[in-house]
Amino acid sequence: MKPAPFRYADPRSLDEALAVLSAEEGAKVLAGGQSLLPLLSMRLAAPAVLVDINRVPGLDAVEATGDGVRVGALVRHDALLRDAAAARVQPLLARATANVAHPAIRNRGTTVGSIAHADPSGEMTSVLALTDGSVTVATPEGTGTVGWRDLFVGPLETSVTGPAVVTSAFFPALPERSGTAFAEVARRKGDYAVCGAGVVVTLDADRRVSAARAAYVSVGLVPEVHDLTDAVAGAPAEEADWAAAGALARSLVEPDGDIHASADYRRLLVGVLTERTLASAAAEALGKVA
Amino acid sequence: MTTSVDAERTITVTVNGVPRQATVPVRRLLSDALRHDLGLTGTHVGCEHGVCGACTVLVDGAPVRSCLLLAVQVDGASVTTVEGLAREDQQGGQVLHPVQEAFRECHALQCGFCTPGFLVTIAAGLEARDADGPITDEEVEEIVGGNLCRCTGYANIKKAVHHADAAMRDAR
Repeated sequence: MKPAPFRYADPRSLDEALAVLSAEEGAKVLAGGQSLLPLLSMRLAAPAVLVDINRVPGLDAVEATGDGVRVGALVRHDALLRDAAAARVQPLLARATANVAHPAIRNRGTTVGSIAHADPSGEMTSVLALTDGSVTVATPEGTGTVGWRDLFVGPLETSVTGPAVVTSAFFPALPERSGTAFAEVARRKGDYAVCGAGVVVTLDADRRVSAARAAYVSVGLVPEVHDLTDAVAGAPAEEADWAAAGALARSLVEPDGDIHASADYRRLLVGVLTERTLASAAAEALGKVA
Repeated sequence: MTTSVDAERTITVTVNGVPRQATVPVRRLLSDALRHDLGLTGTHVGCEHGVCGACTVLVDGAPVRSCLLLAVQVDGASVTTVEGLAREDQQGGQVLHPVQEAFRECHALQCGFCTPGFLVTIAAGLEARDADGPITDEEVEEIVGGNLCRCTGYANIKKAVHHADAAMRDAR
């Protein structure tokens, strides 16, 4: 359980990092390492060179504006969890990061790294999807933006290939008259979720449901956003049939079974968590409608 | 290109207050560097993929899994291991950290394999706590939730956290 031999560079600028990534065959970016190091130790990955970006300045900022929250590549989960300004603009960030692993992992692991890792059992990939977010990618040719729909290709696979560094992720702000909730079922608190759900409920000025959307953790190969509005559209928020929305969600998802849970059990959890989180998000949204 | 790409590096790390130097292959995990290169075998290696928490140490004061860090990544940083928790007293002996004292008091260990990880995790968790009142069960579970123990069933470990919290608040 030791990593296969590799070579290591810790560049002091983004340009140098991209230069090493371009020059070296089989180079891989190392940020928090909380997903990558286990892969190396289990020899599921054996890159020739690790390019450690931890000493690159300027990548550790959380910028919260009215439009949304931009999270730099070196922002640790714990820093995002504690960022009050980010939580005001997009409450799903703190709600989801509180479910990411254990404190010792959150102290080191990065939010952007977990998105670039594209594990379907990661929380932040789903939050990027649910908020309709994007990432900024730096390459030797320049910098570009990739929306979440174009980013996730498959489990542990993104469309970012070749010499490139994902430098930040952008999570748009929560719309007006909206509430959020995030919940997981895990065998031990902080372990990978057997199933997780994040939801956004938006009300109209008459306190009726105008939108209900959900994204799941450990369900499906890539993050997906499911629109559940049809089950509850126009219903007064206090009386909406959240169980019907849960049933709709169950019919939309295609979970896989593994040693932790069968596909049927995951589908059951999708229904339960959807109903529960939608009710909670609607109650929060109600508090924002005068 | 000015960045060097190396197979081996010489690093300097302040471990338990003492600057230490080691030349390591870059693939050396921090857990192995502490045990093999620096001879500090108090840090235990369990699962080696971040699940069990036995290898937890403090890097610049924050608990991290030493099996999920490369030794070269902590070059220039400050590391605290279980060996660094106790303080020297005036007679040249050692005074246990309140968390160590509480573990002894509450019988919070049996085989001891997981204990170093628990001790540093709890010590950092209690020191970082800014609330005034006694620690709640929920806070205790958040602190110790990432560490596995196969002997105790956790009841006495949780009791020890409450005990250490009380002692540390009294000492303030």
